[in-house]
Amino acid sequence: MDGMKKVPVREQDPKVRAHNFDEVCLGYNREEAMAEAERCLQCKNPLCQQGCPVSINIPGFIRKLREDDVPGAYEVISESSTLPAVCGRVCPQETQCEGRCVRGIRGEAVSIGKLERYVADTAAEMGIHPQPAKTRNGKKVAVIGAGPSGLACASDLARLGYDVTIFDALHKAGGVLSYGIPEFRLPKERVVDREIDNVRALGVRIETDVIIGKSVTIDELMDREGYDAVFIGSGAGLPKFMHIPGEQAMGVFSANEYLTRSNLMHAYREDARTPIYHAKKAVVVGGGNVAMDAARTALRLGADVTIVYRRSEAELPARKEEVHHAKEEGIRFELLTNPEEILTDENGWVSGVRCIRMELGEPDASGRRRPVPIEGSEFMIDCDAVIMALGTSPNPLISSTTDGLATTTKGGLVVNEENGETTRPGVFAGGDAVTGAATVILAMGAGRKAARGIDEYLRSRD
Amino acid sequence: MFKILKKEKLSANIYRMVVEAPRVAAHAMPGQFLIVRTDAEGERIPLTICDDDKEKGTVTIVFQPVGGETARMALLKEGDSFADVVGPLGNPSELVHVPVEELRKMKLLFIAGGVGTAPVYHQLKWLHAQGVDADCIQGARSRDILILEKEMQEVTGHLYFATDDGSYGIHGNVCVALQQLYDEGKRYDHCVVIGPMIMMKFACQLTKKLGIPTTASMNTLMVDGTGMCGACRLLVGGEVKFACVDGPEFDGWKIDFDQAMQRARMYKTEEGRLYLEEKEGETHHGGCGLCQ
Repeated sequence: MDGMKKVPVREQDPKVRAHNFDEVCLGYNREEAMAEAERCLQCKNPLCQQGCPVSINIPGFIRKLREDDVPGAYEVISESSTLPAVCGRVCPQETQCEGRCVRGIRGEAVSIGKLERYVADTAAEMGIHPQPAKTRNGKKVAVIGAGPSGLACASDLARLGYDVTIFDALHKAGGVLSYGIPEFRLPKERVVDREIDNVRALGVRIETDVIIGKSVTIDELMDREGYDAVFIGSGAGLPKFMHIPGEQAMGVFSANEYLTRSNLMHAYREDARTPIYHAKKAVVVGGGNVAMDAARTALRLGADVTIVYRRSEAELPARKEEVHHAKEEGIRFELLTNPEEILTDENGWVSGVRCIRMELGEPDASGRRRPVPIEGSEFMIDCDAVIMALGTSPNPLISSTTDGLATTTKGGLVVNEENGETTRPGVFAGGDAVTGAATVILAMGAGRKAARGIDEYLRSRD
Repeated sequence: MFKILKKEKLSANIYRMVVEAPRVAAHAMPGQFLIVRTDAEGERIPLTICDDDKEKGTVTIVFQPVGGETARMALLKEGDSFADVVGPLGNPSELVHVPVEELRKMKLLFIAGGVGTAPVYHQLKWLHAQGVDADCIQGARSRDILILEKEMQEVTGHLYFATDDGSYGIHGNVCVALQQLYDEGKRYDHCVVIGPMIMMKFACQLTKKLGIPTTASMNTLMVDGTGMCGACRLLVGGEVKFACVDGPEFDGWKIDFDQAMQRARMYKTEEGRLYLEEKEGETHHGGCGLCQ
């Protein structure tokens, strides 16, 4: 075996998977995982670990794996992560652990994500669950939002002996893992539900159908329901639109709506009771993971799909693997292209998008070169659905119903970077509610940091 | 949780249910709505709140089966439970922020159409408790589908009826009734209209002509109801608003009703097909052109 190359991972054939919602990546089997684990150089100064937002002891778990000790490997990962089966699938490894891997300097990095996934899936098949804390300290913490940051924060606090309840606004826990990321990338029953069961196994209670700020306020949680501290992980909610003509037409959806219908409400299934529009030709606007998810969902529901993104391929914010998978499945990319107007037919339904070509100019505030329209380059793309995947901004529901919570101009909660504490004592926050739309793993990292902050805060009050 | 404590038929096809939902009841204010799901695979159905009992921890909903999901809701019996009841969602009526002394001086008119009578009742009841008795025009196609007459009488100053077929009260729709009241010399400072969008559209056109500032409650498409999906967006004064977090009540003169009605029809064929398929099996394949 060529040590410069990673052990390839088995995937569903693109032609087949373009028509089903089964998981694209099939993961490593034991032999493949063992072979890939052998490629790890076991660096004394593991850069991969520094690249991990939750600092998993990566060489440590790979060493256990080499010894064919999956339970041992799972234990090492569990010291730092609550949702390894999720992270192994959706983390942007190429910019984190694998991006720092020494192997990657001269060849391909070790497939750390695929190994993490193998350990998590195999441990689950073996019936291994995290163990609840042996002693409880009797203190109550409320966690708002059962998404990645909330689940991570709740797990850490439960391990420390806190009595934790997570409240979620939707009818199902998981946040973006349940409503946002599609089945073909992150299976719900087999992976997400199982990981959430593991959080419950730690003693965490989850109450769904509770909207903080509406069903109950933070003040009531602390004053009447006896919570000693609160973590806000309510996520980024509000979808952004472009504010171009025609955006209100029938057939224009936010990616949030489209994906929530498909993922949370199971509209992709024939027996589902929530409808979804089955487009013939769909245009998806945006270049992030959500855009890829929406495009590949539309494709699987029978559409011919074009992704329109205003910068070039190098700037696509999506994981490389998702872009690669999308292309393999036959999704067209119109890069350096921006929509200017959505056109409609005589019934008010979308009939096409008028676009303009762009070129990259000077770098903007984000450091990326700013796209500028090329005059006279307008052209039409015919379609019967437009899905806007332009990102989201933090949901103002909690900040607007809670006194003393400062927000930034972009609507994110202001927190102390070190411990996640907000401007209000005893109230901590993390994830997209603070940063605006980011990744699952960054949200988990923020949740874990806040768990440490909450622990210190509550100990200091003893 | 979410047990149905009471179920009754208010007319041939309109149901009222009292449901256990303590967290919703505790904060429910007039003007707000909730979302229910019948079972684990159910669609999320937004419904305005008709009444609440904060001590008993219950909320009252009124609905008319119009599709597969609401038909399924109608099959639930007393003692059954909803899988989910979440809320209260949206903002309370702006009237709850007006000082009581001012409210008592205002001449308020409510216009209720069909099932829209239920949320109007919630507002009138709250006002009545503050010592404010507003007038109301309650409209329906025909007398036999007029609902909550007795309850409405108890909390309304003057309750006028308008039926399309003339079987009760004023012969004609709510606009005919409003014009008639106006011609008789009745004057109002503010109007709240809740009912089918088409009714609200014409009512708002008339109140604008008569110079009565008007609030309308928008029952748009919705998925999560917390501001996440954007399905409920509508144009108000040329600006995009989300009914779930910015509303559901808006300045009726500024709402683009034509576009809102168009967007409300977006899933009609998708939903209709699902419903027919369930009812009749594989009978509806499209192609007749009627629903295109």
